[in-house]
Amino acid sequence: MSQNNGHNTTSLRLKTGLAEMLKGGVIMDVTNARQAEIAEKAGAVAVMALERVPAQIRAEGGVARMASPKIIREIMATVDIPVMAKCRIGHFAEAQILQELGVDYIDESEVLTPADEAHHVDKHAFTVPFVCGARNLGEALRRIAEGACMIRTKGEAGTGDVVHAVKHIRQIVQEMRILTVLGEEELYAKAKEHQAPYELIRMVARDGKLPVPNFSAGGIATPADAALVMQLGAEAVFVGSGIFMGKRTSCVHCEPKEDPKKDPHSYDENCAFAPPAEAERRARAIVKAATHFNDPKVLLEVSEDLVGAMKGLAISGLDEAQLLQTRGW
Amino acid sequence: MKIGVLALQGDFDAHRRRIEELGAEVVLVKKPEQLDGIDGLVIPGGESSTFLKLLGEEGFAKLRDYVRVKPVFGTCAGAILLAAEVENPKQAGLGALDITIRRNAYGRQLDSSIREGHLGKDPIEMVFIRAPKIERIGEGVEVVATEGCDPVMVRKGKTLAATFHPELSDDPKVHQYFLDLVANGRHAR
Repeated sequence: MSQNNGHNTTSLRLKTGLAEMLKGGVIMDVTNARQAEIAEKAGAVAVMALERVPAQIRAEGGVARMASPKIIREIMATVDIPVMAKCRIGHFAEAQILQELGVDYIDESEVLTPADEAHHVDKHAFTVPFVCGARNLGEALRRIAEGACMIRTKGEAGTGDVVHAVKHIRQIVQEMRILTVLGEEELYAKAKEHQAPYELIRMVARDGKLPVPNFSAGGIATPADAALVMQLGAEAVFVGSGIFMGKRTSCVHCEPKEDPKKDPHSYDENCAFAPPAEAERRARAIVKAATHFNDPKVLLEVSEDLVGAMKGLAISGLDEAQLLQTRGW
Repeated sequence: MKIGVLALQGDFDAHRRRIEELGAEVVLVKKPEQLDGIDGLVIPGGESSTFLKLLGEEGFAKLRDYVRVKPVFGTCAGAILLAAEVENPKQAGLGALDITIRRNAYGRQLDSSIREGHLGKDPIEMVFIRAPKIERIGEGVEVVATEGCDPVMVRKGKTLAATFHPELSDDPKVHQYFLDLVANGRHAR
Protein backbone atom coordinates (compact mmCIF):
# COMPACT_ATOMS: atom_id res chain seq x y z
CA MET A 1 0.00 0.00 0.00
CA SER A 2 1.35 3.41 -0.88
CA GLN A 3 2.01 6.01 1.81
CA ASN A 4 -0.54 8.66 1.01
CA ASN A 5 -2.17 9.31 4.35
CA GLY A 6 -1.97 12.40 6.46
CA HIS A 7 -2.35 16.12 6.13
CA ASN A 8 -0.44 16.66 2.88
CA THR A 9 -1.08 17.76 -0.66
CA THR A 10 -0.29 14.43 -2.30
CA SER A 11 -2.88 12.76 -0.16
CA LEU A 12 -5.50 15.46 -0.82
CA ARG A 13 -4.90 15.31 -4.56
CA LEU A 14 -5.39 11.55 -4.65
CA LYS A 15 -8.52 11.80 -2.54
CA THR A 16 -10.16 14.55 -4.59
CA GLY A 17 -8.83 12.82 -7.71
CA LEU A 18 -11.22 9.91 -7.26
CA ALA A 19 -14.10 12.36 -6.70
CA GLU A 20 -13.14 14.01 -10.01
CA MET A 21 -13.62 10.64 -11.73
CA LEU A 22 -17.16 10.36 -10.34
CA LYS A 23 -18.35 13.71 -11.71
CA GLY A 24 -21.40 13.63 -13.93
CA GLY A 25 -22.27 10.22 -12.50
CA VAL A 26 -24.72 8.59 -10.13
CA ILE A 27 -23.70 6.92 -6.86
CA MET A 28 -26.34 4.45 -5.72
CA ASP A 29 -27.21 3.14 -2.24
CA VAL A 30 -27.21 -0.66 -2.10
CA THR A 31 -27.78 -3.06 0.78
CA ASN A 32 -26.48 -6.27 -0.78
CA ALA A 33 -24.42 -7.72 -3.62
CA ARG A 34 -27.50 -8.33 -5.75
CA GLN A 35 -28.48 -4.66 -5.68
CA ALA A 36 -24.86 -3.64 -6.31
CA GLU A 37 -24.85 -5.80 -9.43
CA ILE A 38 -28.02 -4.10 -10.69
CA ALA A 39 -26.54 -0.66 -9.98
CA GLU A 40 -23.31 -1.44 -11.85
CA LYS A 41 -25.23 -2.93 -14.77
CA ALA A 42 -27.32 0.23 -14.98
CA GLY A 43 -24.23 2.47 -15.18
CA ALA A 44 -23.65 3.67 -11.60
CA VAL A 45 -20.16 5.22 -11.14
CA ALA A 46 -20.00 3.89 -7.57
CA VAL A 47 -22.16 2.20 -4.98
CA MET A 48 -22.72 3.13 -1.33
CA ALA A 49 -22.93 0.05 0.87
CA LEU A 50 -25.27 0.29 3.82
CA GLU A 51 -27.32 -1.98 6.01
CA ARG A 52 -30.66 -0.38 5.29
CA VAL A 53 -31.48 2.38 2.81
CA PRO A 54 -32.52 5.66 4.46
CA ALA A 55 -36.25 5.05 3.81
CA GLN A 56 -36.01 1.78 5.78
CA ILE A 57 -34.03 3.41 8.59
CA ARG A 58 -36.71 6.06 8.79
CA ALA A 59 -39.53 3.50 8.86
CA GLU A 60 -37.94 0.98 11.22
CA GLY A 61 -36.17 3.31 13.65
CA GLY A 62 -33.50 2.03 16.03
CA VAL A 63 -29.81 2.88 16.00
CA ALA A 64 -28.41 2.96 12.48
CA ARG A 65 -24.75 1.90 12.33
CA MET A 66 -22.02 1.08 9.82
CA ALA A 67 -23.01 -1.85 7.57
CA SER A 68 -21.70 -5.30 8.36
CA PRO A 69 -18.15 -5.75 6.97
CA LYS A 70 -19.27 -9.12 5.61
CA ILE A 71 -21.88 -7.49 3.39
CA ILE A 72 -19.51 -4.71 2.32
CA ARG A 73 -16.88 -7.31 1.43
CA GLU A 74 -19.42 -9.22 -0.66
CA ILE A 75 -20.34 -6.03 -2.48
CA MET A 76 -16.65 -5.22 -3.08
CA ALA A 77 -16.13 -8.69 -4.50
CA THR A 78 -19.15 -8.39 -6.79
CA VAL A 79 -18.63 -5.06 -8.56
CA ASP A 80 -15.64 -3.42 -10.26
CA ILE A 81 -16.75 0.18 -9.67
CA PRO A 82 -15.71 2.03 -6.47
CA VAL A 83 -17.47 0.95 -3.27
CA MET A 84 -18.25 3.53 -0.58
CA ALA A 85 -19.59 2.88 2.89
CA LYS A 86 -21.08 5.03 5.64
CA CYS A 87 -19.78 5.54 9.16
CA ARG A 88 -21.56 7.40 11.96
CA ILE A 89 -20.68 11.05 12.55
CA GLY A 90 -17.61 11.17 14.80
CA HIS A 91 -17.22 7.38 14.89
CA PHE A 92 -13.56 7.15 13.93
CA ALA A 93 -13.36 3.50 14.97
CA GLU A 94 -16.00 2.56 12.39
CA ALA A 95 -13.97 4.59 9.88
CA GLN A 96 -10.81 2.69 10.85
CA ILE A 97 -12.60 -0.59 10.24
CA LEU A 98 -13.87 0.59 6.86
CA GLN A 99 -10.38 1.74 5.84
CA GLU A 100 -8.93 -1.60 6.92
CA LEU A 101 -11.59 -3.31 4.82
CA GLY A 102 -10.36 -1.29 1.83
CA VAL A 103 -13.47 0.65 0.80
CA ASP A 104 -12.80 3.39 -1.74
CA TYR A 105 -14.64 6.25 0.02
CA ILE A 106 -16.22 6.76 3.44
CA ASP A 107 -19.38 8.82 3.90
CA GLU A 108 -19.44 10.27 7.42
CA SER A 109 -23.20 10.40 7.29
CA GLU A 110 -26.08 12.00 9.14
CA VAL A 111 -28.25 9.13 7.85
CA LEU A 112 -26.70 6.94 10.56
CA THR A 113 -27.17 7.72 14.25
CA PRO A 114 -24.40 10.15 15.32
CA ALA A 115 -21.73 8.82 17.68
CA ASP A 116 -20.35 12.18 18.82
CA GLU A 117 -22.38 15.28 19.55
CA ALA A 118 -19.50 17.72 19.21
CA HIS A 119 -16.81 16.31 16.94
CA HIS A 120 -16.62 14.91 13.46
CA VAL A 121 -13.94 12.40 12.43
CA ASP A 122 -10.46 13.91 11.85
CA LYS A 123 -10.39 12.87 8.24
CA HIS A 124 -6.80 13.99 7.65
CA ALA A 125 -5.74 11.03 9.79
CA PHE A 126 -7.00 8.60 7.12
CA THR A 127 -5.67 7.42 3.76
CA VAL A 128 -9.15 6.65 2.51
CA PRO A 129 -11.04 9.74 1.25
CA PHE A 130 -14.21 11.01 2.95
CA VAL A 131 -17.42 12.62 1.71
CA CYS A 132 -19.58 14.63 4.13
CA GLY A 133 -23.00 16.25 3.96
CA ALA A 134 -23.65 19.98 4.25
CA ARG A 135 -26.64 22.31 4.29
CA ASN A 136 -24.74 25.53 3.78
CA LEU A 137 -21.32 26.89 2.90
CA GLY A 138 -20.08 27.14 6.49
CA GLU A 139 -20.88 23.51 7.18
CA ALA A 140 -19.22 22.46 3.88
CA LEU A 141 -16.03 24.38 4.72
CA ARG A 142 -15.88 23.03 8.28
CA ARG A 143 -16.00 19.50 6.84
CA ILE A 144 -13.31 20.38 4.27
CA ALA A 145 -11.13 21.80 7.05
CA GLU A 146 -11.45 18.42 8.81
CA GLY A 147 -10.27 16.70 5.62
CA ALA A 148 -13.43 15.88 3.62
CA CYS A 149 -12.55 15.58 -0.08
CA MET A 150 -16.06 15.67 -1.45
CA ILE A 151 -19.12 17.55 -0.23
CA ARG A 152 -22.70 16.53 -0.87
CA THR A 153 -25.86 18.35 0.07
CA LYS A 154 -27.67 16.67 2.93
CA GLY A 155 -31.17 17.13 1.59
CA GLU A 156 -33.51 14.92 3.60
CA ALA A 157 -32.52 11.30 3.04
CA GLY A 158 -35.10 8.56 2.68
CA THR A 159 -38.01 10.84 1.83
CA GLY A 160 -37.96 10.89 -1.96
CA ASP A 161 -38.74 14.60 -1.53
CA VAL A 162 -36.13 16.71 -3.33
CA VAL A 163 -37.08 20.01 -1.70
CA HIS A 164 -34.23 20.16 0.81
CA ALA A 165 -31.55 18.96 -1.61
CA VAL A 166 -32.64 21.95 -3.71
CA LYS A 167 -32.64 24.25 -0.69
CA HIS A 168 -29.12 23.18 0.30
CA ILE A 169 -27.52 23.36 -3.15
CA ARG A 170 -29.10 26.77 -3.73
CA GLN A 171 -27.87 27.95 -0.34
CA ILE A 172 -24.29 26.78 -0.94
CA VAL A 173 -24.14 28.17 -4.49
CA GLN A 174 -25.62 31.52 -3.42
CA GLU A 175 -23.28 31.89 -0.44
CA MET A 176 -20.30 31.17 -2.69
CA ARG A 177 -21.48 33.71 -5.25
CA ILE A 178 -21.75 36.41 -2.58
CA LEU A 179 -18.14 35.82 -1.49
CA THR A 180 -16.86 36.44 -5.03
CA VAL A 181 -18.10 40.04 -5.06
CA LEU A 182 -16.89 41.04 -1.59
CA GLY A 183 -13.75 43.05 -0.83
CA GLU A 184 -10.75 41.37 0.81
CA GLU A 185 -11.42 43.15 4.10
CA GLU A 186 -15.00 41.86 4.21
CA LEU A 187 -13.94 38.21 4.12
CA TYR A 188 -12.82 38.15 7.77
CA ALA A 189 -16.32 38.92 8.98
CA LYS A 190 -17.72 36.33 6.55
CA ALA A 191 -15.40 33.70 8.00
CA LYS A 192 -16.85 34.49 11.41
CA GLU A 193 -20.42 34.46 10.10
CA HIS A 194 -19.98 31.10 8.35
CA GLN A 195 -17.97 29.71 11.29
CA ALA A 196 -15.41 28.49 8.78
CA PRO A 197 -11.62 28.93 8.42
CA TYR A 198 -10.65 32.23 6.82
CA GLU A 199 -8.23 30.53 4.36
CA LEU A 200 -11.04 28.43 2.93
CA ILE A 201 -13.41 31.43 2.73
CA ARG A 202 -10.71 33.28 0.81
CA MET A 203 -10.20 30.33 -1.55
CA VAL A 204 -13.94 30.22 -2.35
CA ALA A 205 -14.01 34.01 -2.82
CA ARG A 206 -11.19 33.68 -5.36
CA ASP A 207 -12.44 30.60 -7.27
CA GLY A 208 -16.22 30.93 -6.89
CA LYS A 209 -16.43 27.24 -6.06
CA LEU A 210 -15.56 24.74 -3.36
CA PRO A 211 -11.97 23.44 -3.36
CA VAL A 212 -13.41 19.88 -3.61
CA PRO A 213 -16.14 18.39 -5.82
CA ASN A 214 -19.68 19.39 -4.86
CA PHE A 215 -22.31 16.66 -5.25
CA SER A 216 -25.96 16.42 -4.30
CA ALA A 217 -27.88 13.93 -2.17
CA GLY A 218 -30.99 13.58 -0.05
CA GLY A 219 -34.38 12.89 -1.58
CA ILE A 220 -33.41 12.57 -5.23
CA ALA A 221 -35.86 9.97 -6.59
CA THR A 222 -36.47 10.57 -10.31
CA PRO A 223 -34.49 11.50 -13.45
CA ALA A 224 -36.08 14.95 -13.28
CA ASP A 225 -34.85 15.38 -9.68
CA ALA A 226 -31.30 14.50 -10.76
CA ALA A 227 -31.48 16.97 -13.66
CA LEU A 228 -32.82 19.67 -11.33
CA VAL A 229 -29.96 19.53 -8.83
CA MET A 230 -27.36 19.21 -11.62
CA GLN A 231 -28.74 22.32 -13.31
CA LEU A 232 -28.52 24.10 -9.96
CA GLY A 233 -24.80 23.35 -9.80
CA ALA A 234 -24.33 19.83 -8.39
CA GLU A 235 -21.50 17.95 -10.13
CA ALA A 236 -22.90 14.44 -9.53
CA VAL A 237 -25.76 12.84 -7.59
CA PHE A 238 -26.25 10.26 -4.88
CA VAL A 239 -29.49 8.32 -5.14
CA GLY A 240 -30.50 6.44 -2.03
CA SER A 241 -33.91 4.96 -1.56
CA GLY A 242 -35.22 6.14 -4.94
CA ILE A 243 -33.98 3.20 -6.96
CA PHE A 244 -34.75 0.10 -4.94
CA MET A 245 -37.74 1.18 -2.85
CA GLY A 246 -41.33 0.57 -3.87
CA LYS A 247 -44.69 1.69 -2.58
CA ARG A 248 -44.15 0.56 1.04
CA THR A 249 -41.41 1.39 3.52
CA SER A 250 -41.34 -1.87 5.48
CA CYS A 251 -41.13 -5.36 4.11
CA VAL A 252 -42.36 -8.75 5.28
CA HIS A 253 -39.76 -10.58 3.20
CA CYS A 254 -36.73 -8.95 4.77
CA GLU A 255 -35.01 -11.68 6.72
CA PRO A 256 -31.37 -12.56 7.16
CA LYS A 257 -30.28 -14.39 4.07
CA GLU A 258 -27.56 -16.98 3.63
CA ASP A 259 -26.77 -16.31 0.02
CA PRO A 260 -26.41 -12.57 -0.74
CA LYS A 261 -27.18 -13.15 -4.40
CA LYS A 262 -30.38 -15.00 -3.62
CA ASP A 263 -33.40 -12.81 -3.70
CA PRO A 264 -35.77 -13.30 -0.72
CA HIS A 265 -38.38 -10.96 -2.13
CA SER A 266 -41.54 -11.78 -4.02
CA TYR A 267 -42.20 -8.14 -4.91
CA ASP A 268 -45.89 -8.43 -4.06
CA GLU A 269 -47.97 -5.80 -2.25
CA ASN A 270 -46.28 -6.65 1.08
CA CYS A 271 -42.82 -5.95 -0.23
CA ALA A 272 -41.04 -2.64 0.28
CA PHE A 273 -38.85 -3.06 -2.77
CA ALA A 274 -39.33 -2.37 -6.44
CA PRO A 275 -38.94 -5.47 -8.65
CA PRO A 276 -35.33 -5.73 -9.94
CA ALA A 277 -36.31 -5.01 -13.54
CA GLU A 278 -38.06 -1.82 -12.47
CA ALA A 279 -35.17 -0.81 -10.18
CA GLU A 280 -32.77 -1.27 -13.07
CA ARG A 281 -34.96 0.80 -15.37
CA ARG A 282 -35.07 3.61 -12.81
CA ALA A 283 -31.31 3.39 -12.27
CA ARG A 284 -30.60 3.56 -16.01
CA ALA A 285 -32.95 6.51 -16.42
CA ILE A 286 -31.29 8.49 -13.61
CA VAL A 287 -27.80 7.72 -15.00
CA LYS A 288 -28.83 9.13 -18.38
CA ALA A 289 -30.49 12.14 -16.76
CA ALA A 290 -27.30 13.00 -14.84
CA THR A 291 -25.31 13.10 -18.10
CA HIS A 292 -27.89 14.90 -20.21
CA PHE A 293 -29.17 17.07 -17.35
CA ASN A 294 -29.67 20.10 -19.56
CA ASP A 295 -31.27 18.33 -22.50
CA PRO A 296 -35.07 18.20 -21.99
CA LYS A 297 -35.50 15.92 -24.99
CA VAL A 298 -33.42 13.17 -23.39
CA LEU A 299 -35.03 13.84 -19.99
CA LEU A 300 -38.48 13.30 -21.49
CA GLU A 301 -37.33 10.14 -23.21
CA VAL A 302 -35.93 8.57 -20.02
CA SER A 303 -38.87 9.71 -17.88
CA GLU A 304 -41.32 8.07 -20.27
CA ASP A 305 -39.77 4.65 -19.70
CA LEU A 306 -40.67 4.69 -16.02
CA VAL A 307 -43.82 3.27 -14.49
CA GLY A 308 -43.51 4.68 -10.98
CA ALA A 309 -41.29 6.00 -8.24
CA MET A 310 -40.94 5.37 -4.53
CA LYS A 311 -43.95 6.50 -2.54
CA GLY A 312 -41.94 8.82 -0.35
CA LEU A 313 -42.71 11.21 2.47
CA ALA A 314 -43.35 14.93 2.10
CA ILE A 315 -40.78 16.74 4.26
CA SER A 316 -43.30 19.45 5.17
CA GLY A 317 -45.24 16.76 7.08
CA LEU A 318 -42.26 15.71 9.21
CA ASP A 319 -41.50 16.95 12.72
CA GLU A 320 -38.21 18.66 13.40
CA ALA A 321 -37.15 15.64 15.48
CA GLN A 322 -37.61 13.34 12.48
CA LEU A 323 -35.14 15.27 10.34
CA LEU A 324 -31.75 13.65 9.68
CA GLN A 325 -30.16 16.78 8.21
CA THR A 326 -29.88 18.56 11.58
CA ARG A 327 -27.33 15.94 12.68
CA GLY A 328 -23.78 17.22 12.26
CA TRP A 329 -22.18 20.33 13.71
CA MET B 1 -7.90 23.81 -33.54
CA LYS B 2 -11.11 22.31 -32.12
CA ILE B 3 -10.73 19.47 -29.62
CA GLY B 4 -13.67 17.43 -28.39
CA VAL B 5 -13.72 16.08 -24.84
CA LEU B 6 -16.10 13.19 -24.27
CA ALA B 7 -18.29 14.53 -21.46
CA LEU B 8 -20.63 11.66 -20.64
CA GLN B 9 -19.10 11.35 -17.17
CA GLY B 10 -15.72 11.67 -15.45
CA ASP B 11 -13.03 14.35 -15.16
CA PHE B 12 -13.77 15.94 -18.53
CA ASP B 13 -13.65 19.42 -17.00
CA ALA B 14 -10.01 18.99 -15.93
CA HIS B 15 -9.14 18.12 -19.56
CA ARG B 16 -11.17 21.07 -20.84
CA ARG B 17 -9.26 23.52 -18.61
CA ARG B 18 -5.86 22.16 -19.64
CA ILE B 19 -6.60 22.17 -23.38
CA GLU B 20 -8.02 25.70 -23.22
CA GLU B 21 -4.89 26.86 -21.37
CA LEU B 22 -2.87 25.48 -24.27
CA GLY B 23 -4.87 27.61 -26.67
CA ALA B 24 -7.22 25.15 -28.38
CA GLU B 25 -11.00 25.43 -28.53
CA VAL B 26 -12.92 22.74 -26.62
CA VAL B 27 -16.26 21.12 -27.41
CA LEU B 28 -17.82 18.97 -24.67
CA VAL B 29 -19.15 15.95 -26.55
CA LYS B 30 -22.32 14.28 -25.26
CA LYS B 31 -24.02 13.30 -28.52
CA PRO B 32 -22.65 11.24 -31.45
CA GLU B 33 -23.31 14.03 -33.97
CA GLN B 34 -20.95 16.33 -32.05
CA LEU B 35 -18.05 14.17 -33.26
CA ASP B 36 -18.45 15.74 -36.68
CA GLY B 37 -16.38 18.86 -37.03
CA ILE B 38 -13.78 18.33 -34.29
CA ASP B 39 -10.08 17.83 -35.06
CA GLY B 40 -9.37 15.39 -32.25
CA LEU B 41 -11.02 13.79 -29.23
CA VAL B 42 -10.04 13.26 -25.61
CA ILE B 43 -11.68 10.43 -23.66
CA PRO B 44 -11.26 11.34 -19.97
CA GLY B 45 -10.95 9.38 -16.77
CA GLY B 46 -14.10 8.12 -15.09
CA GLU B 47 -15.77 4.73 -14.96
CA SER B 48 -15.30 2.83 -18.22
CA SER B 49 -18.34 0.61 -17.57
CA THR B 50 -20.49 3.75 -17.16
CA PHE B 51 -19.10 5.21 -20.40
CA LEU B 52 -20.17 2.06 -22.26
CA LYS B 53 -23.71 2.26 -20.84
CA LEU B 54 -24.04 5.93 -21.73
CA LEU B 55 -22.64 5.52 -25.24
CA GLY B 56 -25.23 2.93 -26.12
CA GLU B 57 -24.98 0.93 -29.34
CA GLU B 58 -25.26 3.90 -31.65
CA GLY B 59 -22.71 6.02 -29.79
CA PHE B 60 -20.28 3.09 -29.54
CA ALA B 61 -20.49 2.38 -33.28
CA LYS B 62 -20.00 6.02 -34.21
CA LEU B 63 -17.07 6.37 -31.79
CA ARG B 64 -15.49 3.14 -33.11
CA ASP B 65 -15.49 4.61 -36.60
CA TYR B 66 -14.22 7.98 -35.34
CA VAL B 67 -11.20 6.63 -33.44
CA ARG B 68 -9.99 4.81 -36.55
CA VAL B 69 -9.58 7.97 -38.59
CA LYS B 70 -9.09 10.88 -36.19
CA PRO B 71 -6.56 11.69 -33.42
CA VAL B 72 -7.74 10.43 -30.04
CA PHE B 73 -6.25 10.58 -26.54
CA GLY B 74 -7.64 8.42 -23.73
CA THR B 75 -6.62 8.67 -20.06
CA CYS B 76 -7.32 5.87 -17.56
CA ALA B 77 -10.93 4.90 -18.35
CA GLY B 78 -10.36 6.48 -21.77
CA ALA B 79 -7.35 4.24 -22.34
CA ILE B 80 -9.47 1.24 -21.35
CA LEU B 81 -12.08 2.23 -23.93
CA LEU B 82 -9.46 2.54 -26.71
CA ALA B 83 -7.96 -0.92 -26.09
CA ALA B 84 -8.57 -3.99 -28.22
CA GLU B 85 -8.80 -6.26 -25.18
CA VAL B 86 -9.96 -5.47 -21.65
CA GLU B 87 -9.46 -7.74 -18.63
CA ASN B 88 -10.80 -7.79 -15.04
CA PRO B 89 -13.54 -8.13 -16.11
CA LYS B 90 -13.68 -8.54 -19.87
CA GLN B 91 -15.60 -5.75 -21.55
CA ALA B 92 -16.01 -4.24 -24.99
CA GLY B 93 -13.21 -2.03 -26.33
CA LEU B 94 -13.13 0.31 -29.32
CA GLY B 95 -10.04 -1.52 -30.60
CA ALA B 96 -8.17 1.61 -31.68
CA LEU B 97 -4.96 0.32 -30.07
CA ASP B 98 -3.80 -3.28 -30.19
CA ILE B 99 -3.16 -3.58 -26.46
CA THR B 100 -4.53 -5.63 -23.57
CA ILE B 101 -5.36 -3.53 -20.55
CA ARG B 102 -6.32 -4.68 -17.03
CA ARG B 103 -8.80 -2.60 -15.05
CA ASN B 104 -7.98 -1.67 -11.41
CA ALA B 105 -4.63 -3.42 -11.80
CA TYR B 106 -2.95 -1.72 -8.83
CA GLY B 107 -5.84 -2.41 -6.46
CA ARG B 108 -8.40 -0.10 -4.87
CA GLN B 109 -8.32 3.63 -3.99
CA LEU B 110 -5.95 2.95 -1.07
CA ASP B 111 -3.40 1.86 -3.69
CA SER B 112 -3.78 5.02 -5.78
CA SER B 113 -0.54 7.00 -5.91
CA ILE B 114 1.42 9.87 -7.39
CA ARG B 115 4.75 8.73 -8.83
CA GLU B 116 7.51 9.98 -11.04
CA GLY B 117 7.71 8.41 -14.48
CA HIS B 118 9.33 9.29 -17.77
CA LEU B 119 7.92 10.78 -20.93
CA GLY B 120 10.67 9.80 -23.33
CA LYS B 121 13.67 10.72 -21.17
CA ASP B 122 12.03 13.59 -19.28
CA PRO B 123 10.85 12.91 -15.73
CA ILE B 124 7.18 13.78 -15.23
CA GLU B 125 4.69 13.46 -12.39
CA MET B 126 2.04 10.77 -12.88
CA VAL B 127 -1.23 10.54 -10.97
CA PHE B 128 -2.61 6.99 -10.83
CA ILE B 129 -6.18 6.61 -9.51
CA ARG B 130 -7.59 3.09 -9.41
CA ALA B 131 -5.49 2.83 -12.54
CA PRO B 132 -5.35 0.10 -15.18
CA LYS B 133 -2.15 -1.55 -16.48
CA ILE B 134 -1.16 -2.22 -20.05
CA GLU B 135 -0.39 -5.95 -20.07
CA ARG B 136 0.25 -6.63 -23.75
CA ILE B 137 1.45 -4.36 -26.52
CA GLY B 138 0.69 -5.35 -30.09
CA GLU B 139 2.80 -4.83 -33.16
CA GLY B 140 3.37 -1.24 -34.20
CA VAL B 141 2.34 0.17 -30.83
CA GLU B 142 5.06 2.43 -29.44
CA VAL B 143 5.73 3.00 -25.73
CA VAL B 144 5.88 6.77 -25.16
CA ALA B 145 6.06 6.93 -21.37
CA THR B 146 7.05 4.53 -18.61
CA GLU B 147 6.76 4.28 -14.84
CA GLY B 148 9.35 1.88 -13.42
CA CYS B 149 9.26 -1.01 -15.90
CA ASP B 150 5.64 -0.49 -16.88
CA PRO B 151 4.48 1.12 -20.10
CA VAL B 152 1.99 3.80 -19.02
CA MET B 153 1.50 5.75 -22.24
CA VAL B 154 1.43 4.18 -25.69
CA ARG B 155 0.78 5.42 -29.18
CA LYS B 156 0.04 4.12 -32.60
CA GLY B 157 -0.26 6.71 -35.31
CA LYS B 158 -2.71 9.30 -34.08
CA THR B 159 -4.04 7.24 -31.20
CA LEU B 160 -2.63 7.89 -27.72
CA ALA B 161 -3.51 6.23 -24.42
CA ALA B 162 -2.25 6.90 -20.87
CA THR B 163 -3.08 4.89 -17.76
CA PHE B 164 -2.38 7.94 -15.55
CA HIS B 165 -4.07 11.36 -15.35
CA PRO B 166 -1.95 14.17 -16.85
CA GLU B 167 -5.05 16.37 -16.52
CA LEU B 168 -4.63 16.24 -12.73
CA SER B 169 -0.99 17.40 -12.79
CA ASP B 170 0.23 20.95 -13.45
CA ASP B 171 2.65 19.86 -16.17
CA PRO B 172 1.08 20.47 -19.62
CA LYS B 173 3.64 18.34 -21.55
CA VAL B 174 1.38 15.36 -22.21
CA HIS B 175 -1.52 17.43 -23.51
CA GLN B 176 0.90 19.44 -25.64
CA TYR B 177 2.17 16.14 -27.05
CA PHE B 178 -1.39 15.25 -28.04
CA LEU B 179 -2.13 18.67 -29.54
CA ASP B 180 1.07 18.37 -31.61
CA LEU B 181 -0.13 14.97 -32.75
CA VAL B 182 -3.44 16.52 -33.84
CA ALA B 183 -1.66 19.38 -35.61
CA ASN B 184 0.76 17.02 -37.40
CA GLY B 185 -1.72 14.18 -37.64
CA ARG B 186 -1.40 13.83 -41.35
CA HIS B 187 2.33 13.13 -41.15
CA ALA B 188 2.27 10.82 -38.17
CA ARG B 189 2.14 7.59 -40.11
